[in-house]
Amino acid sequence: MLIEKITPSRRAFLAGSAGLVVGFYLAPLGPARAAISVKAGIPADAQGAQFAPNAFVRIAPDDTVSVVCKHIEMGQGPYTGLTTIVAEELDADMAQMRAVAAPANDELYKNLAFGTMGTGGSTAIANSYDQLRHAGATARAMLVAAAAAEWGVPAAEITVSAGRIVHAASSRESGFGALAEKAAKVTLAAEAPLKDPKDFKLIGSDIHRLDTAVKLNGTAVYTIDISLPDMLTALVVHPEVFGATVKSFDDSETRRIAGIVDVKAIPQGVAVYAETMWAALQGRAALKIDWDLSGAETRSSAAIIAEYQEKAKSQGTVASAEGDVDAALASAAKTVEAEYVFPYLAHAPMEPLDGVLVKADDGTVDFYSGAQFPTSDQALIAKTLGLEQGQVRVHVQFAGGSFGRRAQAGSPYAVEAAEVFKASGGGRPVKHLWLREDDIRGGWYRPIYVHRLKGGIGADGTISAWDQVVVGQSIMAGTPFEAMIQNGVDPTSVEGASDLPYSIPNRRVSLQTMKTGVPVLWWRSVGHTHTGFTTETFIDELLTAAGKDPLQGRLDLLKDGDRHIGVLKRVAEIADWGKPVAEGRARAIAVHKSFDTYVAEIAEVSDDGNGLPRVHKVWVAVDCGVPVNPNIIRAQMEGGVGYGLGAILFSEISLGDKGVIQQSNFHDYRSIRINEMPEVEVAVIESTEKPTGVGEPGTPPIGPAVANAWRKLTGQPVRQLPFRPAPPAGSLS
Amino acid sequence: MISFTLNGEQRSVDVAPETPLLWVIRETIGLTGTKFGCGIAQCGACTVHVDGMTRRSCVTPVATVEGSDIVTIEGLAGAESDAVKAAWASIDVPQCGYCQSGQIMSAVNLLQNIPQPTDANIDGAMAGNICRCATYHRIRLAIHDAASRMEG
Repeated sequence: MLIEKITPSRRAFLAGSAGLVVGFYLAPLGPARAAISVKAGIPADAQGAQFAPNAFVRIAPDDTVSVVCKHIEMGQGPYTGLTTIVAEELDADMAQMRAVAAPANDELYKNLAFGTMGTGGSTAIANSYDQLRHAGATARAMLVAAAAAEWGVPAAEITVSAGRIVHAASSRESGFGALAEKAAKVTLAAEAPLKDPKDFKLIGSDIHRLDTAVKLNGTAVYTIDISLPDMLTALVVHPEVFGATVKSFDDSETRRIAGIVDVKAIPQGVAVYAETMWAALQGRAALKIDWDLSGAETRSSAAIIAEYQEKAKSQGTVASAEGDVDAALASAAKTVEAEYVFPYLAHAPMEPLDGVLVKADDGTVDFYSGAQFPTSDQALIAKTLGLEQGQVRVHVQFAGGSFGRRAQAGSPYAVEAAEVFKASGGGRPVKHLWLREDDIRGGWYRPIYVHRLKGGIGADGTISAWDQVVVGQSIMAGTPFEAMIQNGVDPTSVEGASDLPYSIPNRRVSLQTMKTGVPVLWWRSVGHTHTGFTTETFIDELLTAAGKDPLQGRLDLLKDGDRHIGVLKRVAEIADWGKPVAEGRARAIAVHKSFDTYVAEIAEVSDDGNGLPRVHKVWVAVDCGVPVNPNIIRAQMEGGVGYGLGAILFSEISLGDKGVIQQSNFHDYRSIRINEMPEVEVAVIESTEKPTGVGEPGTPPIGPAVANAWRKLTGQPVRQLPFRPAPPAGSLS
Repeated sequence: MISFTLNGEQRSVDVAPETPLLWVIRETIGLTGTKFGCGIAQCGACTVHVDGMTRRSCVTPVATVEGSDIVTIEGLAGAESDAVKAAWASIDVPQCGYCQSGQIMSAVNLLQNIPQPTDANIDGAMAGNICRCATYHRIRLAIHDAASRMEG
């Protein structure tokens, strides 16, 4: 039976062609190939000329204010946060605010922390705060100047509140839209002043997310939802061993399936093109491929870990050092040693990687994707297709999660999508999707790490020595970010350990950098995923060995004014630390700074009966400077706890015999589920420090908080992740 | 031709009978609120209602829903739907939002069957829906909130 040709829905087509518009409105009908004529950054449904006082603010005649967001919305909330910052200085009403995705343009939309366009490292609010306050203040000043000229009154007598420009003495009032055209012609004599933070009306309040409404009724459009006339669906078969290449393939069965259009080898594997997803799925399953394994990584995880463990016995390149560690260890009254093993982790965002490519009549190309590094994707797609960078337009879509996965130096995903498009001939639009299996087996994992720690306690009961060897693969080596590696140390391998906040007079952290054929990447909170665990479980063990309380012991080791102190005290307060805990349960604490945000967590656990911790409740205190939107900050802490907890309890990607990846989907790469999620209570510290990020910092403390509680409950330290149930009593293991 | 009711409308589709319902809904009919997450009924992103029960559309051959009454997120209506959406909005449950259509389909079905669910009922009904953003804490709050909205 012939499979019916796809008829793209009007809504999906419009959504694909209209750029990303948050808020509940749709674009007008565009021309047949509207994908080509998108003016990204300007909401397509705004009527008339828009007042654009700067690269970030667009005011339409209907009073709609659109903030051009240089950071992708993948759940962490920047569309709401960035828009709120502009609205605050503009004195707008949140109801008139919209968020739109910025086009790929480093000059206008670079992340000030990176120097290039990109979202990551929990920097969206941190790097945009001053920039967008100025953008909003400038727009406000221009509107006020236009009103003053229009009404013949002094600008100083004009007030703006909730989107209304008012001159009280003459009872004149206007919205923004009516003055937008005049405001566009204003030249400001001086830089517009910023508000005194004490006058903030929006920043610091629980603002609802702008994108909630469209995420409740199926109207939010993600890349996978984009449909264009005559579009092909393409799936790629990837090798199950890293580094394998296609030797030959047999597509005779595949081509017999109705709806299969073509099959092509590309550098990443073999691409199947079909009229429908169902045809593509069947065609992909029917392909027979002979892989060339000569350049493949054939070691198992166990072999890699054994090699790392051996390496951990010797010092690596010193990342930070103080005092004389060897002498302090030699003279210590008591020493503690520990070795930790961390597995590969996949990010597993709900929406697997995907992209839509379409060629315009003039040969230029549009790319629709949840692009976290839009200009990198643009440059590398252009290179792959033999175009100039400016001939590729990137339309950033809502992304169904990322956790680091969509941010890749060198844009390997975008390059694969471009290779697929190139091999198709480019005559029809192509939607390229990864299946969950491609995602779980696709590499770019959080690397395997082994840490070895030795601690010394002096005769007076103080912690006198800390010696930490970190062994693992660099996520920066071989990427365009390689220059971050200084003196042989990739700072992302040791961050969170090399800057241990505790005052320990003799301290050394060194790094053994390893190489494997497995592609690795940052994963929510980057190096802190493993350094947070080792430092906070090991300090807990040392404090126990020294006979000290885990909270007071930490506080005693922190310098006056350290912001770790504030979150430790606050989390202890909300959890009633020190009060008796129910029979069969234990509580413990951990604190960790990442991305300049300080988070302390207390976890209450019991044994689930199968030798795994059951986490009942987690208390969180977070200091991220000025809390722009506590609602979203709390959400990121809750989600960060859940994401980190799922990983330590269940998640592991392992390479088996001959390097074959052993997991493939959610049945064997376990995700946390609602019945495993603890209650989470979050306290957000009031602060006037500059705002820092919240997407990642909630994740690092949960692992050590749970492991510390588990040790308190069972006496067993946790030295290998994920948690493994203890063998049943009496079993021969 | 395979015929069924979708969101109250009679539909007939000319597709291979083994085609998963998910792709018929998304591609043949063009409603994209129902999502693909795993393809093996492990994540719940593709959850729809078939004759009043939740069903993972990614593993449901379309031939098996001949004559059935199917509801997707786009067609979800009624008191439970209103209460769930109001609660979800008031608590700002979604983060990336990709799994939320499936979460809402499961939550509404739960309330249709058990108007005042306990935490254990919520675990039982919702454990098949993965949220990688781990919005579970707010999902639980929102289901209780929706239940109290229904009662009030």
